[in-house]
Amino acid sequence: MLHWITVLSGYAVPLLLLGIPVYAFFKKVPLYETFVEGAAQGLHIVIKIFPYLLGMLLAIAVFRASGAFDLMAQFLRPVCSLLGIPPEVLPLAIMRPLSGSGALGITAELLNTYGADSFIGRLASVMQGSTDTTFYVLAVYFGSVGIRRYRYALAVGLGADIVSFLASVLACHLFFSS
Amino acid sequence: MVNIIWFILLAGGIILSMFNGKVDVISNAAFAAAGNSVAIVIEITGVICLWMGLLRLAEASGLVNIIAKLAAPIARLLFPDVPRDHPAFFAILMNLAANVLGLGNAATPFGLKAMQYLQELNPDKKSASASMITFLALNTSCITLIPTLVISLRVQAGSASPTEIIGATIFATCIGTTFAVFFDRILRRRYFGR
Repeated sequence: MLHWITVLSGYAVPLLLLGIPVYAFFKKVPLYETFVEGAAQGLHIVIKIFPYLLGMLLAIAVFRASGAFDLMAQFLRPVCSLLGIPPEVLPLAIMRPLSGSGALGITAELLNTYGADSFIGRLASVMQGSTDTTFYVLAVYFGSVGIRRYRYALAVGLGADIVSFLASVLACHLFFSS
Repeated sequence: MVNIIWFILLAGGIILSMFNGKVDVISNAAFAAAGNSVAIVIEITGVICLWMGLLRLAEASGLVNIIAKLAAPIARLLFPDVPRDHPAFFAILMNLAANVLGLGNAATPFGLKAMQYLQELNPDKKSASASMITFLALNTSCITLIPTLVISLRVQAGSASPTEIIGATIFATCIGTTFAVFFDRILRRRYFGR
């Protein structure tokens, strides 16, 4: 199963790169012109995204540098011990929706400190793999079409992140209880 | 809501750093973030333009409509506001498929295309539509079958079994995604009344 998924992942991009132009060729689309036209549009999208990305990264970087994470982790510590969550993973849980590179750094640190096959190491791995960087995704995707009012998008995204975090804890207890 | 969170992150961070006596780190962090955002944009520009070129070919040849038609029966359940056979379904399907396969750099351009299509249908161009939020809820909580980045980190850390976390990860993601869809439905009904 795992093998076939890896094979599929490897072939997906080359097949798309081949399949789309081949189909367009048979439909008599002027290939090169059309491709260039689309690529030019990509440049506009990137320019539109930039200010949103800058704004989001700025606020997150300042928040991170101030030591607010440690403070939040301290507040949440009693809640965690009630739920059977090792407090060591709290900074990762807070960082995950905010910064992809920040979360990756914390995960690597946890794996090296506690060992990849420890409970903390496994939990950090599952947390890292089970959600995406909500703030980054919202900034980029909404920014690309000029959406300024997110309505309840953040509530849904962050709510899902919290549930995924709790589900990761549950999954690790279920899969690796020894 | 995004205004408030942005303000809390920024102002809260600066005020807290004053209390901690760490004001000097703030300006470093702020300018590093500014430089970092340029680096990220430059990094993604080439890939986005490449895929946007290919997607234009898929549009012009009609391939987009064929795949959108195939995706429509399931997609209609999640996106009741999007008209039948709309090309948005193509981009949404491709984005989610790329995510599931862990093809991050192909997923983003498809997702951006999906947002463009959904924006065409959006009556209020400055505010997120219900369909956009549903799409992003799926996107941010979405399943990756093989978390390659995590596995490589585990290899580096000397794990005896780097791939053993895949089952637990898929389990956790499925719960997260299910909840996201559910929560989105509740808030959509409250906010848009449907």
